[in-house]
Amino acid sequence: MKKLLTVLLALFMVFSLVGCSGGKEETPADQPAEGYNGPKIGVILVGDENEGYTYAHILGIRDAAAKLGIPDEAIIWKYSVPEDQTCYDMAVDLVENGATLVISNSYGHQSFMQQAASEYPEVTFVADTGDTAAVSGLSNLKNAFPHTFESRYVSGVVAGMKIKELSDNGVLVPENYTSDGNVKVGYVGAFPYAEVVSGYTAFFLGIKSVFPDVEMFVEFTNSWFDLTAEGTVADDLMSQGCVIVGQHADSTGAPTKLQENMEGNKYGFTAYSVGYNVSMLDVAPDVALTSASNVWEKFYSYAFTCWQNGDEIMTDWSEGYETGAVEITDLGKAVAQGTQEAVDAAIAAIKSGELHVFDASTFTIGGEVPTSILGDVDADFTPEKECLIDGYFHESEFRSAPYFAEKIDGITTLN
Amino acid sequence: MERHMHSRPLFHITKKDEPSFLVRSLTVLVAVILALLVSALFIHFVTKLDPISVYTSMIKGAFGTKRRTWITIRDACLLLLISLSLAPAFRMRFWNCGAEGQVLIGGLSTAALMIYFGDKVPGAVLLMVMLIVSALCGGLWAFLPAVFKAKYDTNETLFTLMMNYVAIQLVEFFVDFWDKKQSHSVGIINMNTSGGWFPKVFGQQYGLNILIVVVVTVFIYIYMHYSKHGYEGAVVGESVATARYAGINVEKVIRNNVLISGAIAGIAGFVEVSGISHTISKVTAGGRGFTAIIVCWLAKFDPFRMSVISLFIVFLSKGASQISSDFGLNEYASNIITAIMLFFILSSGFFNNYKISFSHGRKEGD
Repeated sequence: MKKLLTVLLALFMVFSLVGCSGGKEETPADQPAEGYNGPKIGVILVGDENEGYTYAHILGIRDAAAKLGIPDEAIIWKYSVPEDQTCYDMAVDLVENGATLVISNSYGHQSFMQQAASEYPEVTFVADTGDTAAVSGLSNLKNAFPHTFESRYVSGVVAGMKIKELSDNGVLVPENYTSDGNVKVGYVGAFPYAEVVSGYTAFFLGIKSVFPDVEMFVEFTNSWFDLTAEGTVADDLMSQGCVIVGQHADSTGAPTKLQENMEGNKYGFTAYSVGYNVSMLDVAPDVALTSASNVWEKFYSYAFTCWQNGDEIMTDWSEGYETGAVEITDLGKAVAQGTQEAVDAAIAAIKSGELHVFDASTFTIGGEVPTSILGDVDADFTPEKECLIDGYFHESEFRSAPYFAEKIDGITTLN
Repeated sequence: MERHMHSRPLFHITKKDEPSFLVRSLTVLVAVILALLVSALFIHFVTKLDPISVYTSMIKGAFGTKRRTWITIRDACLLLLISLSLAPAFRMRFWNCGAEGQVLIGGLSTAALMIYFGDKVPGAVLLMVMLIVSALCGGLWAFLPAVFKAKYDTNETLFTLMMNYVAIQLVEFFVDFWDKKQSHSVGIINMNTSGGWFPKVFGQQYGLNILIVVVVTVFIYIYMHYSKHGYEGAVVGESVATARYAGINVEKVIRNNVLISGAIAGIAGFVEVSGISHTISKVTAGGRGFTAIIVCWLAKFDPFRMSVISLFIVFLSKGASQISSDFGLNEYASNIITAIMLFFILSSGFFNNYKISFSHGRKEGD
């Protein structure tokens, strides 16, 4: 009996091997029925449309393709690809099926993209949010990261306006103040990683530009996407008196929890949410102010245009408000009066170059106004590049992924 | 309600002897055909797609190119290896639900050796060291619950499950420890030097993976059927009292069999890290430790059946991923198709082992 089974298994394997090698020449595996034969774009996504961060990428790619007249058949999608060998397998599979541009959207995909890039020099690989393209020694590996710190700053302005309103109306309770009389702000961070540090510092500076007497508490979830952990951390921050809870984590856990706490009047005050990637108004209609977000369509339009024209994509792509690559989502009904005007003014100032997010005159490090800040722009774990030039820190200029990693005064990390 | 008390149940379920190989194969075949039909209904009415093209897409996803075929075989081998690891424990009715953690610990020790010695020790030596260390670590992870089971009769299901979480947390700790950027990703270890990576064997990238799995398969087969220990394990599984009466040292048999079980799972971690992904993270085991329980159980601990079932499960998952790519269906739709397939095949096992007899004629009670 066992012999029979073994023979069957062997037959099955042989059959499948023969089956694929026979038909391979004429019809590549993913050849759609329409018979599209041109070059293709392969997309490797860490999630699917049910996850906010990936959904923003899907929309960006669809919009860019529609704008440039790239047919649906020219794009091969790989959903829910974990950050392991699967990413490499998928990248190579895409190349074998005609992709001449392969994009991955999560940081952890990067080293697997790099491995594939070293084996297929004629194909361009873009690792979104990655940081090693410039130092990889591979001319076909690229990184892209929008100026998210700009939209975080602007979302901080929205939060600052709200704190100012609460303070002016006298609705803040004693728990909302630190012993120094500063208003407490919370932040749900994913990891203590430069991208996150840069983001929450920009958010904090945005708040301070409107309401200077604040202190921020950052707690990490150690995950990019964890509904439960983000909710728990948001609740913890609120229990410590934080009246605003910002986030750099990809789920709706935090705003959902704040809405729930507001409805149950759990702490005797209301805390407001500033989200990320997508509008949180669906899950937290009463407490969501806005979300900092990226407009990935800008990058994809650029990259696809290069791909169509046979031009080389730049190694490090990073753009912000100037070209519309970042934005904040629709303002919620809870925002303070005059918020839209303040937001418009901040955006205009960023666009004109009059306002720099990391303006060294607006923060201190260890009680001192900084005169020099080094950034690690070659991904070797030691900061070496002077980035404080002309009075401000040049974020995402020397490479696309953020590298502002300083601990500025007024921000405390809790774990 | 009263009247029901006198009515006979509509049908009886009774256990029967396992039918012949031919009958069993036919039952599975019927189950597969039924599963294909029911899935076709789902595909046609819910997703509005053509079932034939969806099935074609699944086959292409698993075997569409030479590389895909190799990846399918590679992944089936890994799942088989983990399933094999469970057999010595399961046959003693020792419910080892900790393969996930044992694989992770084996993988973690392999990753550590690759990071610290990848560029310093010759490849062949390092591979041998990694093989032994990963087996020891995986063995230790299973051995602890076994000792407690043997000595204090603790519940091994809970103990092994909890060891999984300890392993996950350890991996999380070391990922942060090794990742100086704090991005929570180790990345590919020794990408430039390939230190500690499986070399090509027989000109095949995954040749060594297959070789290891074949050796372990044969070993488990011989161990379970022809060794004293393997036999004693089977006796303990049937009845601990009988085993004691026959003079078998039950504690020792439990400890040794579980040690082997954990060691093989640890080796699976070594194969995954050194031979496939060259990185470590908490998803390195990827739930295979739990899928393996289904494989081992469905196969009734038979290594050869396990290989067929492993291949089938990996085929389904590759197929599901290809469907989502080709038709833009999300994971849920693909998972439903996979679930229908598994449901029918699992049910076919029921009809092989049980007989349903209907009561005729009397329809009182309605």
